[in-house]
Amino acid sequence: MNPSNGKGSMPTASSSAAWKAGDVVPDQFPAGLRVLVVDDDPTCLVILEKMLRACRYEVTKCNRAEIALSLLRENKNGFDIVISDVHMPDMDGFKLLEDIGLEMDLPVIMMSADDGKNVVMKGVTHGACDYLIKPVRIEALKNIWQHVVRKRKNEWRELEQSGSVEEGDRQQKPCDDLDYSSSANEGNWKSSKKRKDEEEETEERDDSSTLKKPRVVWSVELHQQFVAAVNQLGIDKAVPKKILELMNVPGLTRENVASHLQKYRLYLRRLSGVSQHHSSLNNSFMSPEASFGPMSSLNGLDLQTLAVTGQLPAQSLANLQAAGLGRSTAKSGIPMPLVDQRNLFSFENPKSRFVEGQQQHLSSSKPMNLLHGIPTTMEPKQLASLHQSAQSLGNMNVQVNSHGAQSSSLLMQMAKTQSRGHILNESAGSHLPSLPSSIGQPIMSNGIAGGVIGRNEIGDNGRGTGYNNQVAQTSSMLSFPMNHTTELVGNSFPIGSTPGISNVTSKGAFHEEVSSEIKSSAGFVSSYDIFNDLHPEKSQEWELQNVGLHFNASQNANPVQGNLDVSPSVLVHQGYSSRQGSGQNRNISALGRTMFSGVEATGQGNAQIMDQQLSNLIVDNPVRVKYERFSDTSSQNALFADHFGQEDLMSALLKQQQGNTGPAEPDFDFDGYSIDNIPV
Amino acid sequence: MERNQMHKHIFLMRQSFFDQGLLDEQFIQLEELQDDANPNFVEEVVTLYYRDSSRTLLNIEQSLEKNPLDFNKLDNYMHQFKGSSTSIGAKKVKAECTQFREYCRAGNGEGCMRTFQQLKKEYAILKKKLETYFQQTRQAGPSETACRPRMN
Repeated sequence: MNPSNGKGSMPTASSSAAWKAGDVVPDQFPAGLRVLVVDDDPTCLVILEKMLRACRYEVTKCNRAEIALSLLRENKNGFDIVISDVHMPDMDGFKLLEDIGLEMDLPVIMMSADDGKNVVMKGVTHGACDYLIKPVRIEALKNIWQHVVRKRKNEWRELEQSGSVEEGDRQQKPCDDLDYSSSANEGNWKSSKKRKDEEEETEERDDSSTLKKPRVVWSVELHQQFVAAVNQLGIDKAVPKKILELMNVPGLTRENVASHLQKYRLYLRRLSGVSQHHSSLNNSFMSPEASFGPMSSLNGLDLQTLAVTGQLPAQSLANLQAAGLGRSTAKSGIPMPLVDQRNLFSFENPKSRFVEGQQQHLSSSKPMNLLHGIPTTMEPKQLASLHQSAQSLGNMNVQVNSHGAQSSSLLMQMAKTQSRGHILNESAGSHLPSLPSSIGQPIMSNGIAGGVIGRNEIGDNGRGTGYNNQVAQTSSMLSFPMNHTTELVGNSFPIGSTPGISNVTSKGAFHEEVSSEIKSSAGFVSSYDIFNDLHPEKSQEWELQNVGLHFNASQNANPVQGNLDVSPSVLVHQGYSSRQGSGQNRNISALGRTMFSGVEATGQGNAQIMDQQLSNLIVDNPVRVKYERFSDTSSQNALFADHFGQEDLMSALLKQQQGNTGPAEPDFDFDGYSIDNIPV
Repeated sequence: MERNQMHKHIFLMRQSFFDQGLLDEQFIQLEELQDDANPNFVEEVVTLYYRDSSRTLLNIEQSLEKNPLDFNKLDNYMHQFKGSSTSIGAKKVKAECTQFREYCRAGNGEGCMRTFQQLKKEYAILKKKLETYFQQTRQAGPSETACRPRMN
């Protein structure tokens, strides 16, 4: 089936009309809700479309995930909610979910004929706001607007809570600021905002029609500036107001910064949490997990506990990572043993071959690298820090679940790890399926994650953007390919499907496999940063460092921002590439972009090209992942920096791993990442 | 009259689908979506289903001829097929799908093949019956009374 509308323009146009005047919106809402439905089954698609139309929604249907992503990208504010099937041949629904969460931060509803607990849990961990069991009844669709409203409300709440928002000011400012916001904002929103200003702001905010706030695009440049400002102030003292002043970006509001800061903090926390769990995760991974399905009860419990308490025990992290990698449902943190992961992958997706391969690597390698990105070889310091940050990680995970972005950072980390592994294994394909970017795998931070992220990106077109989103959203995620972990593995290889390549650079979604090399390196960088961060005594420091890392890269080099048309903060990628030299970056980003748009068919080719370019870039300018701060602790970074090329990175990782951890099996790419190996 | 008799006949035919377990509640959902804007919506959807799912069935058929059997792939195909069968309310077909997937999970190739034959049979029976049903519905034209018996 072809998408009913060529682009989102149609629905956007009509929906704009509906939403135009502020006063019209509330009355009609939820009528006119702009829904994008993605399902490869034409029968289901037609039925869903009819049902949604019967609910008076604006429907755009799409039978391929890539098309959906490009529709979403072309029309940033063209849709209010996305409904996607879980099982699709070209891209795993969870990966799409992650990407959308990262890049566009739209509510996504998953649906499937599969009502198994694991799958539903996966939806949760990947950040789906709801899960519908097929056959979907129209009654179930009638209420999906609640997710749009809820998300807006949460966003508002986030703004309020983040940073130092003056009480009185907060309510007033968002409205005003929104109007000034740099991101495109449809007129209707503004008018509704204005109305809001006049009345009680808080109440108004609850109004669904006025909840929409303009999206700020956290470009690489912007993110770099942000990170620089944060680092300058010190993560402890970094308050949105001061950051805003330091950044001195016209049109940027304190709320934007506050929201971004919050995400960034989560990201950093996640990174640190991952490192802690890394060691424990490894162990848990090794435990044989049978199936795709629920990870061992322990894992499952951990994950759930994590989700519940917000504290992610190491095991949970591992699980999450594993989950991310293996696409398993949110299993407990314990990283799934390779075997399981393999099962997961295969179960999930026939394309998971990569994953499986990777998994094997993972399993073969020391358990340390929880494949998922949990830095297995983390140095003792890291491990310690990881443990310490377990809680924070847990929190992150939890958050991740709710927002793909959050988890994405973790996932990215994990993904990085994975991708790295993949890189090693599949030097050819830049598609590193590896990154279990899926939200479930927040643990990516293993450092590999950084690299991994890159990988995944390629594989999943969407990922790339996701990556960016991640950056924007989680700020720390820079290099984390949010791609679903499982997806990452499987998908990363098939480049064709994902313009991911471009993602790496532009979208910040390292996931994209295209730039797997670059990504991986970038990922590495990020991951390194993260790890470096981990090393630091304080998690806070880590955060900063991480941030710095990514940003450093970008800061050092001229932001390629221009090149990347990535909407979200591609920073991470950019950072890397920028280091290389803006020129190079441009090429890459341009390439990436081209790859994106064009690409789907030639994703592979592009990806490779991208990778090469990326790797060139990277090799040329070893990413100085580490921030000044990190430099002491991040031996790893140094390692990474030295080996930028994909192969280089991988080998570096492996070397490290082997060197530090001893018998790190080369296969286990992730292990290579392990921070532990990196001599401080 | 003739027309009323036709309608009655169609009515009974439809009822028998539910009574015999060929169709379930989901089919009614489709019927409820039918309106003046889409007067033949149900028929369109069913036609689409048969066209699309025949491809999947072919894939399964071919996969079943392979040796050794790739249960994972078979399961994936069947999941796909089950999804669309479910969406039109093909109850018996769906049941066979579930059975098939069980055999896949158990790695029982023999069971898979047997179930698949059964599935194809049910699939064909339903197709024939629905074709007749739609044909007669169109011939009979709109009914005088908007009767739409609910299941149970």
